[in-house]
Amino acid sequence: MCQAAPPGSVGRPERLPPRAGESAVYFPPVPPAIQTRDLRKVYPASTGRPRGLGGAPIGPPSPAAAGPGPAREILALDGLDLEVRAGEFFGLLGPNGAGKTTTIGILTTRVRPTGGTAAVAGVDVVANPVGVKQRIGVVPQRPNPDRQLTVIQNLLFHAAYFGIPRATSLPRARQLLDQMGIGDRAEAKVDQLSGGQQQRLMIARALVHEPEILFLDEPTVGLDPQARLGLWEVLRSLHGQGRTIVMTTHYMEEADRLCQRLAIVDRGKLLALDTPAGLRRLAPGGTLIEVTFNGPAAPLLGPIEHLPGLSRVTASEATLHGQAERVAETIPALLRAAETAGLLPLDIRLNPPSLETLFVSLTGRKLE
Amino acid sequence: MSPSPWKVFGALVRRDAHVISRELPTFLLRSTLNPIMFVIVFGYLLPRMGFVQRGYAGAMLPGILGISLAFASVQAVALPMVADFGWTREIEDRLLAPVPIWVVAMEKVTAGTVQGLIAALFVLPVARLIMGPIDGLNATHLAVVFIMTLLGAIAFSAFGLLLGSGIKGEQIGLMFGLIVAPMIFLGCAYYHWQALRVARPLQIAVLINPLVYVSEGMRGVLTPGLPHMPLWIVAIALIVISGVFLMLGLRTFHKRAVT
Repeated sequence: MCQAAPPGSVGRPERLPPRAGESAVYFPPVPPAIQTRDLRKVYPASTGRPRGLGGAPIGPPSPAAAGPGPAREILALDGLDLEVRAGEFFGLLGPNGAGKTTTIGILTTRVRPTGGTAAVAGVDVVANPVGVKQRIGVVPQRPNPDRQLTVIQNLLFHAAYFGIPRATSLPRARQLLDQMGIGDRAEAKVDQLSGGQQQRLMIARALVHEPEILFLDEPTVGLDPQARLGLWEVLRSLHGQGRTIVMTTHYMEEADRLCQRLAIVDRGKLLALDTPAGLRRLAPGGTLIEVTFNGPAAPLLGPIEHLPGLSRVTASEATLHGQAERVAETIPALLRAAETAGLLPLDIRLNPPSLETLFVSLTGRKLE
Repeated sequence: MSPSPWKVFGALVRRDAHVISRELPTFLLRSTLNPIMFVIVFGYLLPRMGFVQRGYAGAMLPGILGISLAFASVQAVALPMVADFGWTREIEDRLLAPVPIWVVAMEKVTAGTVQGLIAALFVLPVARLIMGPIDGLNATHLAVVFIMTLLGAIAFSAFGLLLGSGIKGEQIGLMFGLIVAPMIFLGCAYYHWQALRVARPLQIAVLINPLVYVSEGMRGVLTPGLPHMPLWIVAIALIVISGVFLMLGLRTFHKRAVT
């Protein structure tokens, strides 16, 4: 049955070949894979925070969001504007509780936005959730295979939920399992798979109905380094086949290596959006330095106030944080000042400009 | 293009049928052991010991069928659903199927109804075997027994949907303690509704309990000599109760599925 688009939804353009006698056929441009405008989500206090798509709680409420009132509503998204192009490998980067899972939840029709709009492949998520579900595949944070079924049955039944006949889904399922490196486990029970294999099964399942857009929510959390690298390869090759991939992560390296463009979100807001290289250029031009002393660092703030090339200096207990343009000059000067103040350095840490430094400078906190 | 909701519904049913058929022995054991034990003790042992009159179990049989139906349908729908929404999240892949959320919920009610029917139709012949002939159990009555069972199974499955989507994982013990146990004991299974006039407020209060109607309906068919509600009232009450539970159940299910 052809699903009629309810009023208010943005129809997906049908690209029909022009018929004889029709001179002018209008081809609308391909809609962006994802478009959100002023997207807001407030969780009422009673229902609690959402769980990650796999069931993992998405972290403690961010202090800024939890109001002091008796209701303590949680503001998870605060006017998010995003646009992901068709065919893009897009990353949502942010710490736990930043609003990543809520964003994915809304885009996959499982969370209802409080305000704003969101469209997936041109289809409005609120007006036509069925149309959206038809076009997406979702890989949850924690694998949630159907444990009553075998590995291949997971794919076959999932395909059946999308109306795909077995004659089509069986060869496709076998091919996907091979592609994910678990072809030999097709008849196994799901519980016999390792964590990494289960995550691959989740990817295969999300692909078996050939969605236009693949969503992955923190797909490598809990995987050992080898499984993580393997998964990266799988994702790269899927993207190479022309699929749009939207992934959330709080691993900087993962975002940097895989994604074409990255959105940095925190506390429900978009802080920056660019290619990884572009974001690195945005990073404040200096090395983050952290020096830990044998006593409180605060007395040092005065003497080093006018040290050239040193900025954003703060002291927390025995540790001094700052940003230096020329480390080789700043550190000796800093240590001389410390010696005068009677402080002995115990540890010095340097972080060259990176996504990490950008992130810290944007949010004032670290990714975990 | 999205597949028709019926096609998706059919696929969901096939999934549950596959799982149920594999677990059939455990399922039957879980949902019918309690009523079968009752039949053995009250229908076989106690009459032989001389503690109860012969025929006591025959009078109780309609209620016992109702109880096995209630256990089977409520558990079939509610237990996996509490786990699904609480920690396994296995139902997610079905919630992502290209159909409205209520289709997934309705399929669960359908599967629960079928499991209730299987359980009740399993207990009936077993009871016949243990207890000997049952008055009202003949070919002409079988159709009415089936209709009563079907209506009851639908009502209990809809109730299971409401419980399964409305109850959080950590409250599952509470669910059986506070809801299912009173439902069984105040379900007019071990006595008939008319006899409850000894406690008039209770007699009115239990009217929201679907088990009351299933027990009374079964009694009307299997032991027509005992006092019972008219069958048409039973049918209407079960249809109304099913409708109310379904409406509430679909609403809570949707709230759990789309936050």
